[in-house]
Amino acid sequence: MTMAATKKEPVVIEGAGALNTPLSGLLTWVDQRFPLMSLWKDHLAEYYAPKNFNFWYYFGLLAMLILVLQIVTGIFLVMHYKPSAAEAFASVEYIMRDVPGGWLIRYMHSTGASAFFVVIYLHMFRGLMYGSYRAPRELVWIFGMIIYLCLMAEAFFGYLLPWGQMSYWGAQVIINLFDALPIIGPDLSTWIRGDFVVGDATLNRFFAFHVIAIPLALLALVGAHIMALHEVGSNNPDGVEIKENKNAAGKPVDGIPFHPYYTVKDSLGVVVFAFLFCMVMFFAPEMGGYFLEYNNFIPADPLKTPPHIAPVWYFTPYYSILRAVTEDFMFWLALGVAAYATLIVFTSRGCLSKILAVLIAPVVIFLMKGVGFGMTFTLFRGTFLEITLPLEAKVWGVILMGLATLIFFLLPWLDKSPVKSIRYKGVLSRWALTIFVAVFLILGYYGTQPVTDLGTLISQIGTLLYFAFFLLMPWYTQMEQTRPVPSRVTM
Amino acid sequence: MIKKIIAVLLLAPALAFAAGSDVPLDRAPINPNDMPSLQRGAALFVNYCLNCHSANYMRYNRLTDLGLNEKEILDNFVARFSGGKVGDLMKITMDLEDAKTWFGAAPPDLTVIARSRSSHAGSGADWLYTYMRGFYRDGSRPTGWNNVAFPNVGMPHVLWGLQGEQELKPAQRRAEGYMATVEKPVLTKPGKLSPLEYDRAVADLVNYLVYMAEPAAQSRKTIGMLVLAFLTGLIFLVYAMKKSYWKDVH
Ligand code: HEM
Repeated sequence: MTMAATKKEPVVIEGAGALNTPLSGLLTWVDQRFPLMSLWKDHLAEYYAPKNFNFWYYFGLLAMLILVLQIVTGIFLVMHYKPSAAEAFASVEYIMRDVPGGWLIRYMHSTGASAFFVVIYLHMFRGLMYGSYRAPRELVWIFGMIIYLCLMAEAFFGYLLPWGQMSYWGAQVIINLFDALPIIGPDLSTWIRGDFVVGDATLNRFFAFHVIAIPLALLALVGAHIMALHEVGSNNPDGVEIKENKNAAGKPVDGIPFHPYYTVKDSLGVVVFAFLFCMVMFFAPEMGGYFLEYNNFIPADPLKTPPHIAPVWYFTPYYSILRAVTEDFMFWLALGVAAYATLIVFTSRGCLSKILAVLIAPVVIFLMKGVGFGMTFTLFRGTFLEITLPLEAKVWGVILMGLATLIFFLLPWLDKSPVKSIRYKGVLSRWALTIFVAVFLILGYYGTQPVTDLGTLISQIGTLLYFAFFLLMPWYTQMEQTRPVPSRVTM
Repeated sequence: MIKKIIAVLLLAPALAFAAGSDVPLDRAPINPNDMPSLQRGAALFVNYCLNCHSANYMRYNRLTDLGLNEKEILDNFVARFSGGKVGDLMKITMDLEDAKTWFGAAPPDLTVIARSRSSHAGSGADWLYTYMRGFYRDGSRPTGWNNVAFPNVGMPHVLWGLQGEQELKPAQRRAEGYMATVEKPVLTKPGKLSPLEYDRAVADLVNYLVYMAEPAAQSRKTIGMLVLAFLTGLIFLVYAMKKSYWKDVH
């Protein structure tokens, strides 16, 4: 076998009538020069997927579909779009009016952007429900999270391109966040903009990232995501490892070949999704101002700040967290850190985590509130390292917003339940996930609204609950009574 | 005059109240399939608006969408200006800097105004319909005009010859169960058109502005219906295929 590795079995095609012979010949020729049949088998014909996939398992494939859609429509948009502050807005209207079919391409791309996030949020929610991030799928999850971050960057860069008022001021607000960071802030934000205000230089570099850098990274990461998944095999709604239950031939008894079973099933998902997508794209492409904001039909005007600047809907949960961190809230955050450290010291079994808690918590509280509450002082005065403590609430807003996205990375190690799926977890986990989803939606809603006292209060409570979902997970997943997990998947 | 609550109640069929703003918008009675209305609207737009406002992304010959042919467009719309071509964009020659000194603000481009004026209070059409019927005499303003939908607007009432002049007059209005005194515009000097005819003319103009903001909107919906019909059929087919492949998976 070893020496004859290049002379593989010929490929035999059946069922193509008169084409059987030429097709078999062609594929054999290719297969002897390229791992065609082994790729086909490993990833489709002999990739065994659990037979009990439900509704929530459509979204990975749908995300892939949208990625392709965005790239293809993007190519056609770039043929007519002009990445310059003087021409960008007009070139988009040119696409909408004078380019044959241009409106369709543009609406596909703009609806696709929002659809991407709908699909990804559902995909991630599935992971949360069924414990898909847990061993041995930690890397699948981590690649997924990097994809999510890239996707947010991609959307942020892309949103500047139409050069409308919301494009402009949205970018201005987000880039100014970096301004708040101590020491490097102002230089960092100037470096990002390439100018002292958002301008032509900013537009050009955002264009480069949007059409080349991030899409390339996304494609590579999706490849890695799928390879990691196929290495360990898919999880399923029961959280049962199908590879632990194989028949005499070495095939998982609860597995079915991906092709044809899931190719036909996913085709159904694709056409149903296409139907919903087309309903929005053809009949409500603005989606009431959420997918295409009304203000973005006004060309960018650096001298005219719009009265109400809201990011696009998919960023609003994080935007709420940013706005929730006010001076008054710092006390509660510091209190939260102290309480969390106390919890670790009194209930954690590990010695290391106790030591870390005792060492880190005072530093964080100090950076949040200073020594005597209300006192400020400056370190390294007059040098480039000058920094005023405690850090302003604004800085903590940016830090918490960042942490809110990054904390998902830790899930594989925070979840200590003996079972994977929410189906068999206890009542605490169920409530925690329900509350987390509600909080995410409520934060999302308030992120679209102008600031009000009530909105800020709700966002602050939401922020605490958001982080509690993750940080308390090691406790509530261990405290609760779980249910017995079946040895085979259930249909 | 902070207490000033203004309502436009001329023939208001349905009122959509603006969130956070107290100007209720009148629902614009427009029909995107009414070609004569769109043509009248286009004529009003070119005759009255295009003197100061541009429509920089709209080409004259796109008006063939409205059932006009290129010769009609050239004779009636383009030829008003110094012999342009039928494929030209609706540009204007006024200098924006001059405009700023005359009106306090440069007149914005109107190509997509009907889209940008949408809000959660109502569609862009509703806003425009309210605005174009909301001018009243105000001696304190440089142009002598003010507007209920756009307080202290820089634009004078260009359609005053058609509408006549309105003035703000106190009026009784039912507000949450009690009667309140509000100021609303009342016609004091009639114009060439009756109030009803004027509303009709403004509706035509707004109809055109909505069309111009997205000329592909009607074909978008037509194509959309066909695509959805096709996909409905496809869903049944693919569902049947899935069922037959999966019949032995238990
Ligand atoms: C462009 C974006 C993405 C694409 C194209 C993609 C694609 C896929 C595909 C095709 C699958 C297998 C089918 C399925 O389980 O639905 C999958 C599984 C998975 N994805 Fe993604 N994904 C993306 C983003 C993400 C993100 C953002 C996360 C989480 C942060 C994530 C986490 C996972 C996990 C944990 C699984 C395994 C699920 C299981 O076996 O139960 N993916 N992905």
